[in-house]
Amino acid sequence: MASQTGGYYLPAPSHWPIVGSVALLLMALGGTFMINGVGGGWLLWVGLAILTVMLFGWFGTVIRESEGGKHNKQVDLSFRWAMSWFIFSEVMFFAAFFGALFYMRVLSVPWLGSGDTLEQLWSGFNATWPTAGPGLEADGYKFTPMGAWGIPAINTLLLLTSGATVTWAHWGLKKGNRSQLVLGLFLTVALGLAFLSLQVYEYMHAYSELGLTLGAGAYGATFFMLTGFHGFHVTVGTLMLIVILGRSIKGHFTAEHHFGFEGVAWYWHFVDVVWLGLFIFVYWLV
Amino acid sequence: MAHDAAHAHDAGDHGGHHGHPTGIMRWLTTTNHKDIGSLYLWFAGIMFLVAGSMALIIRAELFQPGLQVVNPDFFNQMTTLHGLIMVFGVIMPAWAGFANWQIPLMIGAPDMAFPRMNNWGFWVLPVAGALLIISLFMPGGGVAGGWTMYPPLFIQGGISYDMTIFAVHILGASSIMGSINIITTILNMRAPGMTLMKMPLFVWTWLITAYLLIATVPVLAGAVTMLLTDRNFDTHFFNAAGGGDPVMFQHIFWFFGHPEVYILILPAFGVVSQIIPTFARKPLFGYASMVYATASIAILSFIVWAHHMFTVGMPAAAQLFFMYSTMLIAVPTGVKVFNWVATMWKGSMTFETPMLFSVAFVCLFTIGGFSGLVCAMTPVDIQIHDTYYVVAHFHYVLVSGALFAIIAGVYYWLPKWTGHMYDEKLGKWHFWLSTISMNITFFPMHFLGLAGMPRRYADYALQFAEFNAIASVGAFIFGASQLIFLWVILKAIRGGNKATDQVWEGAEGLEWTVPSPAPYHTFETAPVVK
Repeated sequence: MASQTGGYYLPAPSHWPIVGSVALLLMALGGTFMINGVGGGWLLWVGLAILTVMLFGWFGTVIRESEGGKHNKQVDLSFRWAMSWFIFSEVMFFAAFFGALFYMRVLSVPWLGSGDTLEQLWSGFNATWPTAGPGLEADGYKFTPMGAWGIPAINTLLLLTSGATVTWAHWGLKKGNRSQLVLGLFLTVALGLAFLSLQVYEYMHAYSELGLTLGAGAYGATFFMLTGFHGFHVTVGTLMLIVILGRSIKGHFTAEHHFGFEGVAWYWHFVDVVWLGLFIFVYWLV
Repeated sequence: MAHDAAHAHDAGDHGGHHGHPTGIMRWLTTTNHKDIGSLYLWFAGIMFLVAGSMALIIRAELFQPGLQVVNPDFFNQMTTLHGLIMVFGVIMPAWAGFANWQIPLMIGAPDMAFPRMNNWGFWVLPVAGALLIISLFMPGGGVAGGWTMYPPLFIQGGISYDMTIFAVHILGASSIMGSINIITTILNMRAPGMTLMKMPLFVWTWLITAYLLIATVPVLAGAVTMLLTDRNFDTHFFNAAGGGDPVMFQHIFWFFGHPEVYILILPAFGVVSQIIPTFARKPLFGYASMVYATASIAILSFIVWAHHMFTVGMPAAAQLFFMYSTMLIAVPTGVKVFNWVATMWKGSMTFETPMLFSVAFVCLFTIGGFSGLVCAMTPVDIQIHDTYYVVAHFHYVLVSGALFAIIAGVYYWLPKWTGHMYDEKLGKWHFWLSTISMNITFFPMHFLGLAGMPRRYADYALQFAEFNAIASVGAFIFGASQLIFLWVILKAIRGGNKATDQVWEGAEGLEWTVPSPAPYHTFETAPVVK
């Protein structure tokens, strides 16, 4: 594992990183100005456009290098290590929000509903989950929590199925069956888009009919933060799958050399596993 | 630094590529680990002067009781930005600079595993630094909520607070990219025969540091994201009215924050473990135990975080757990200190500047370690929490710990980087002035804290006047001494006695087998390690 096979591909100087840095600066400034309503929020969109150009350019370069045969076994292994550690960092990002959810459910909400805190602050508070919290409930805030067995259950089925279709596509790639690869990826993308459409519908339903918003206290904040960041990751994963689908149609990847495909599949499975955690702890066990 | 000569020859090495850009474009687009290492180190150096000047503004105000120099709000902006920039803009980038320069040289790799991502990991740092500094000039003033960003205060601030949150996101992105690159390089790019247990200790400590970064920086990103939504999007994560809890922020922050402390100090352990054997002319005592101690410290760092918050109120069982788990860290740390001392025992020691700073590190870091044990005891900490005793403690581990190790490392490898020996006489001046003034600055803070002076205030009671005056004098001497350091570095870049490949008589390792200065590309054919 440690031994060098020689000829590790070292890229020439590249302007894409600094383009990305300019994009991030504009996005941070634009985002700050936008949420404070002081004008200049358009910088966010300029930054995002530059970032998009950068992503196309940078990934395009890597794809050309890969197809040009510049990635030997050692480079391939580097990609595998890097993607594994990146997914680990994503796990820890979600862990922060799951941690917040468990802290509120197990500690802070029960504390607010017991002992001196209950007597001295909001004495009528009934500390049961789901809650919008004692202060909001005392002000008459009401919401209905999202049920588990409607759209969320369908979405669970969709994502689990998409995990199967992407694996089926991988089998096709490994035995050289290009049409199975393309069909499997197409189905995976379709399932991802169906998931996202249903989630958009669910959010509209929550806001317009259930009174369930970002402002709905502990439940609303954790609900939208967890499902929102998950939905964002499904969006990114779907975009990545679309790129891989396009590359598969163009004839990229071989049965032996296809980490671009595998990395995206790993990411997709990770998104799937996070969803299972969400389904259990956000939707089901309320 | 000074690879122009080496630069010319390498156009031939990569005949297939278009020519390397020159001037500013070279630095903006570089994919070379040595260039990027130099960028990181220069960035850290410049930010050190910026955040150091902020510290001097703090010490100028505290020279006497009453308000003389700045208003209290600006004082708070200075303490906040001094902390944020020193942690994220000085110590961490400096270690990333060492990692870039040294890890490929020490494991016999041609470069880092991902040279382009390496570039981006650096070039997002000036973006974050710019955001932090621009935030000072926003309406409502700069961020003044403390580097720990506790709500509810942090939720009440103005525009600069949102800007700081985005800066922290970007700093986190830099750390993640850098860490993934470093781990992959260490795991996948070692020369044949360079087994894990033959790796230089600096490489080991960075491997574990990178793991800590990947495990905790995303948690910080989550924490500040919740601050952002609480500030702007009506969520109630840290607001009891909605069922949330401001104390929850402290738990999440310190779950990141305590491993972060070891992110700052583990590479320091690595550097000192390279330098002491060289100048004691003996192999490192207890290499394997050093590796295991580093790993133990890293694992323990995940289960000690609440010792930063003993006074917020928590069950007695939790206080006991966090007290004992914290004290447990003294065991692997003690192993390290004893190993460094045992390495020096009966060695043929000489005291060039890197060794002087390393010996000072062992003594003074240990003082910070002992005061850490004092702080770890819950009943004691309840008295000294948020006092100058804590300020003294963490400056002993961060200034005479992390920073002294960075300085020692710069002196140690400067001849390899520039090809010239630095001015030893000026180096010794720098060492003695820094060490004496550092103690003048921070030692009296123990007494101030024990007497009850709280941190983060622009004014104080008359009884604290003498020790504060002494500390301020020390701080200005320390600050001025660092200009000698800058001068020594510039002098070594511009000229000086030619360094040999070996540089130091007792030095061992692959980096001493390549010429000084190290050519632009090294180990394009992997060396074989026996």
